Amino acid sequence: MRVGFHAPDTVEELAYLVAEAADTRTPLEVMGRGTKREVGRPVQHGAVISTESLVGIPIYEPSELVLVALAGTPVAQIEQLLAENDQEFPFEPVDLGPVLGFGPGQATIGGVIATNLSGSRRILSGAARDHVLGVQAVNGRGETIRAGGRVMKNVTGYDLARALAGSWGTLAVMTEIAIKVLPAQREVRTVLCFGLADLNGVEALCLALGTPFEVSGTVHLHAELAECFSDQEIANAGASVTAIRVENFPASARYRSSRLKQMLQAYAPALELDTMRSRIFWNEVRALKMFQKTARPLWRISTVPSTAPKLVSSLARKIDVRVLYDWSGGLVWLETPPISDAGAVEIRRTIAEFGGHATLIRAEAQARAGIDVFQPLDPPLMALTASLKRAFDPVGILNPGRMYAGI
Amino acid sequence: MSHLSLPSPDLAILQRRNDILKQLKKLVPDAILITDQEGRRTFETDALTAYRCLPLAVVLPESTEEVSAILRFCHENHVKVVPRGAGTSLSGGALPLEDAIVLCLTRMTKVLSIDLTNRVARVEAGITNTGITQAVAAQGFFYAPDPSSQIACTVGGNVATNSGGAHCLKYGVTTNNVLGLRIVLMSGEIVDIGGPSLDAPGYDFLALIVGSEGQFGVVTEVTVRLLKAPEGARPMLLGFDSNEKAGACVAGIIAAGIIPVALEFMDRPAIHVCEHFVAAGYPLDVEALLIVEVEGSEDEIDTLLEKIGEIAEDYHPLVMRRSQSAEESAKIWKGRKAAFGAIGQLSDYYCMDGVIPLSKLPKALDEIGWICRRYRFDVANIFHAGDGNLHPLILYNANDQLQLERVELCGAEILKLCVELGGCLTGEHGVGIEKRELMRVQYSDADLAQQMRVKAAFDPDWLLNPGKVFPLEGIGLQ
Repeated sequence: MRVGFHAPDTVEELAYLVAEAADTRTPLEVMGRGTKREVGRPVQHGAVISTESLVGIPIYEPSELVLVALAGTPVAQIEQLLAENDQEFPFEPVDLGPVLGFGPGQATIGGVIATNLSGSRRILSGAARDHVLGVQAVNGRGETIRAGGRVMKNVTGYDLARALAGSWGTLAVMTEIAIKVLPAQREVRTVLCFGLADLNGVEALCLALGTPFEVSGTVHLHAELAECFSDQEIANAGASVTAIRVENFPASARYRSSRLKQMLQAYAPALELDTMRSRIFWNEVRALKMFQKTARPLWRISTVPSTAPKLVSSLARKIDVRVLYDWSGGLVWLETPPISDAGAVEIRRTIAEFGGHATLIRAEAQARAGIDVFQPLDPPLMALTASLKRAFDPVGILNPGRMYAGI
Repeated sequence: MSHLSLPSPDLAILQRRNDILKQLKKLVPDAILITDQEGRRTFETDALTAYRCLPLAVVLPESTEEVSAILRFCHENHVKVVPRGAGTSLSGGALPLEDAIVLCLTRMTKVLSIDLTNRVARVEAGITNTGITQAVAAQGFFYAPDPSSQIACTVGGNVATNSGGAHCLKYGVTTNNVLGLRIVLMSGEIVDIGGPSLDAPGYDFLALIVGSEGQFGVVTEVTVRLLKAPEGARPMLLGFDSNEKAGACVAGIIAAGIIPVALEFMDRPAIHVCEHFVAAGYPLDVEALLIVEVEGSEDEIDTLLEKIGEIAEDYHPLVMRRSQSAEESAKIWKGRKAAFGAIGQLSDYYCMDGVIPLSKLPKALDEIGWICRRYRFDVANIFHAGDGNLHPLILYNANDQLQLERVELCGAEILKLCVELGGCLTGEHGVGIEKRELMRVQYSDADLAQQMRVKAAFDPDWLLNPGKVFPLEGIGLQ
């Protein structure tokens, strides 16, 4: 197979190239537009295969809440079409582009699903994987397969479509994805508290999620990160920020935000953002604006919300960290100083103590080559992981070693 | 019944039955082991009662360790295993095999932990679906998936079939509400997948195991998301003079940006049977009836129902009635939930579970009517309209062998129609034995071969729940 960069413009051609690579045992780096290619263990590849030329939206039925896009279609292009029809991606995918040195909105839908990137609304609406209805993909044998379909409910056979979400291109190359979309929210309200310590901030967020008000965003972040927001009232507060979002029809959103403020009185809610200001604030969260200024190592840690502040404070005694709590603390974005192992040893040790798992999202290639970028798995799960990889990619040519050595 | 057969039993296993059972008893002395014919008879079928088969034995363990010991033993002795919850599968998913042990989880019903701050609960797989909600209802929380059989069915069974329910339009199905699993592989290995946090590390094994119809392993513990119950909920009834108008109204509501918590559809035969059975207050002079339910505070509910009413006006409803009281709401839902039972009082029925794209609803109902007329069966339609999941109930006489065979053919035609219209064979009941041979209608050989390779990654010897999901004659993996 020819070394270099391949961006086939048909699925047939892509399948042919993968089959050829399988025959010649040529490892392939699989990607969309490559905005996230610096995430993961460095892949030793003989050629690059990109879906960036597979662009288009063959099906969009707003009244069925279904959209089918070719894998290389930019997320920004799809979101524009959705916006024209007052709809949106419910999972609000985080845009990693800007923190990884790319412009905003460049990621492809294939890349978003392959990495299962979900934003703040995950707590209410589910993750990216929850909205995958079906896929067409090319497995490591070069066979074109379909799984799932384009309807809301489907238990016909195993859920291979959803399983490809979050597999980082190591199981198959997705070529087309059917996604569930939802009506866009008309009114957005954000209730803010300032100056809460992490423990209290997360406590307030958990309390908010335990109400019937369909809270759709719960973040808490330190004062030095809050300076990044373009909303001056927030940037200039000089204090930590705890933000709670509700979305709905106007009357409902207003009713719910006022009820939330009452319930959170002990935490002294000090500011409420209207729809316009809310949209700007949450878009900046979505683009991880607070981590765009530096190129320091950036981790994504999943844990249990009420554990998160303890985990962070334990870690903070060892390393100087800067933290954004999302999902009420269930997701911690954590920036470390530029130390050689990106803080991996301390982070993994702390996680072993408190529970959870961590993925290194941003670091120099040298650091990524020397440590586990993805959370090491228990031996039984690792064995199952290896079996699943073989079931899709028997000779191991798709992004080999990107997630785990030998996988 | 009928034309679907089970794989031929392994005669060597049948011959060794006494020996196998003796060893099994010794291995797990505390587990209940049912070996006598009468006892096994209780487990010979599930809710697809037309198929029956006496298993080698039935074992009811009480712990993950016992499950592990049983599976390891069966693996070493090449004995097949059919996992089972409450046996409410409508697709024959829990149908035993003559040479298999049925592994029934209904003694494992403990709630292991509840964490309301983080909104998760960990339960044993044999607890009923409603059992989870009952454990947290006093604090105002609930577990969202609500299959019609929820009083009886186990959460382990829900995991196996990725169960949905009337409220999944808003809250999603099982796969969207499960965060972690403890699963025992056929080798006896115990594997923990995911946990209490919102995403799991590595490959999405939760996605694979949920909906795998008991073919990947035996799930013994489940960690689920809990949700806070809404302030209130209220349905309204919308009656139309045609299925087309009702279908268009469903699309109109969703296009307006409203996702009701439930959007149920009944056609004329279904309305009449239900009304006769429970006097739910349904209008009898309409061709199609929608039950639309919304949630929120009293004011929010009023506003939303008003909006839905305005949208519905465009489709000229004959009846438009908002529930005025909790009693009226309860009656409206009682009718819907009693529907299958009510029809069962009238006649045997064969319940289908195809899914279609919403825009094809009127066409699908029309064609289903034609197919059933051609086979000379009456049909009643009751289903989750918001997500296009149809449940045509074909009325027939189960004691008539000829009708039995014809009704399966009729059902198969309906499911093929669903696939042709862009949908799928099953939305929530699973493939089981029932739709096994139809898999080729939806999937190519390459698609099925990929699924079978994934099965083999979990269970290389194909000992777990074989004879289900895939066409029996095989696909030809290599």
